[in-house]
Amino acid sequence: MEANSRSTGRLPAAFLTPGSSSFVDFLSDHQPGLLPGGRNLPPIQGVIEAPHGTTIIAVTFPGGVVLAGDRRATMGNLIAQRDMEKVFPADEYSAVGIAGSAGPAVEMVKLFQLELEHFEKVEGTRLSLEGKANRLSTMIRSNLGMAMQGLAVVPLFAGYDVDREKGRIFSYDVTGGRSEERGYAATGSGSLFARGSMKKLYREDLTEQQATTLVVQALYDAADDDSATGGPDVARRIYPIVTVITDDGFRRLTEAESSEIARSILERRMEQPDGPRAALL
Amino acid sequence: MSTPFYVSPQQAMADRAEYARKGIARGRSLVVLQFADGIVFVGENPSRALHKFSEIYDRIGFAAAGKYNEYENLRIGGVRYADLRGYTYDRDDVTARGLANVYAQTLGTIFSSSAEKPYEVELVVAEVGDSPDGDQIYRLPHDGSIVDEHGSVAVGGNAEQISTYLDQRHEDGMSLAAALRLAVQALSRDTNGTEREIPAERLEVAVLDRTRPQKRKFQRIVGSRLSRLLAERADGSAPDAGAAQDDADSTEGTDSTGGSGDTGSPSADGTDPKD
Repeated sequence: MEANSRSTGRLPAAFLTPGSSSFVDFLSDHQPGLLPGGRNLPPIQGVIEAPHGTTIIAVTFPGGVVLAGDRRATMGNLIAQRDMEKVFPADEYSAVGIAGSAGPAVEMVKLFQLELEHFEKVEGTRLSLEGKANRLSTMIRSNLGMAMQGLAVVPLFAGYDVDREKGRIFSYDVTGGRSEERGYAATGSGSLFARGSMKKLYREDLTEQQATTLVVQALYDAADDDSATGGPDVARRIYPIVTVITDDGFRRLTEAESSEIARSILERRMEQPDGPRAALL
Repeated sequence: MSTPFYVSPQQAMADRAEYARKGIARGRSLVVLQFADGIVFVGENPSRALHKFSEIYDRIGFAAAGKYNEYENLRIGGVRYADLRGYTYDRDDVTARGLANVYAQTLGTIFSSSAEKPYEVELVVAEVGDSPDGDQIYRLPHDGSIVDEHGSVAVGGNAEQISTYLDQRHEDGMSLAAALRLAVQALSRDTNGTEREIPAERLEVAVLDRTRPQKRKFQRIVGSRLSRLLAERADGSAPDAGAAQDDADSTEGTDSTGGSGDTGSPSADGTDPKD
């Protein structure tokens, strides 16, 4: 650590120079090597074999938003990890779920959390939800070099907008392109199936409890058809991570709560393997 | 070319120290006290936006008296130091002791370099532990020395008198309300011994509360929660008349975020007039 290894032990000039409230900006001036985008990568042929995270989904309901993810990480056709965490609180009123290369993605989340916290401490106020979403966009863009070599990170960002008093979802592509989603969104390899499932189940007037059930249903459907997405693992007691963000802030469902939802869904699927039916007309 | 006057090093240092002390003395004093559930920061501050106390990291708080732009600069340097350290190693590796050392070195280098004007600041760096034994409070005067404090500490112009007052009255394991009341009593005594009233709107209060479930323990106490704590009587019971409670209710209207979402406050429930 620079601050300590210098002989005088005093804060280096960069620390005391007035500058922006962004931790990433500070790092890029002071220690660019610590930034994911600041590293020089050697030219690599082909795709790097690294664990990949898969399906993340989000659903809004009046008063908040639910963000959930399965637990499986895959490396090629192997299951690299069964209990991976892919949904993280970004700050008190927002959360980010990650699909894509696990290593860079987790690093980016860590940096993103720090970026928001740093701004909050320096400025004394929180960033707007829009500001947080834009900040994440910039960080993904700086990862483009790694994305071109197969280490793509595709997050899904959800939060409670304190000013507009509603939950909002933002999805991203590898180039940092940002789009706000209405109602529900999914990212990752199982997202096609999850999106189809949510399209049939989603309504605008869901309660919080219905929304958390909906995301687990959709994750089940994703796991049903996508080999890289893990379903609820009853034997090992590994259940999807479900988080809820309302004006009370971020809350992650306890294992007891998510296992109860998963178990009741499993029970119904024993009788009806394809899940709840939507009306034809 | 004229010959410069000789000034002995002792005299130069004494001059610089006096310069810094005078600058600090122009600011209002503030106090930092241990209470049962953590550490409370209390100061008189008419500004709502320019804070004397702030969060540095999860368990570490910062308080400063003196020249605003100088301590603000040090505060941001500290936030950058802590965030960078936590990012490179782990959140647990950011400690008040490490931060206090860096501040001490920084202040000391500035103080003893003749090229720079000494900083007119006095800092307190405090870290709340899992139990009162784990609490750490460091006071950093303008010259870069570092003092490990226990129980209570005051910094600023009137610090010595306030410290003596606090030392005689501070006890371990005080409730938040009792500690807050003691702090306000200490701050409202003038140098000539007379007391004046500091209204709640002019107080800046923050705590490092070890009972908070979140990782980040720093919290500002504002609005109705502050009035409620100030109104609470010494024995921990509700205030005698409805007047204090009406006051608390009226502030609640203007600052609805103040009292909401607070957890772990042992005294917050004791003042409901409906019970």
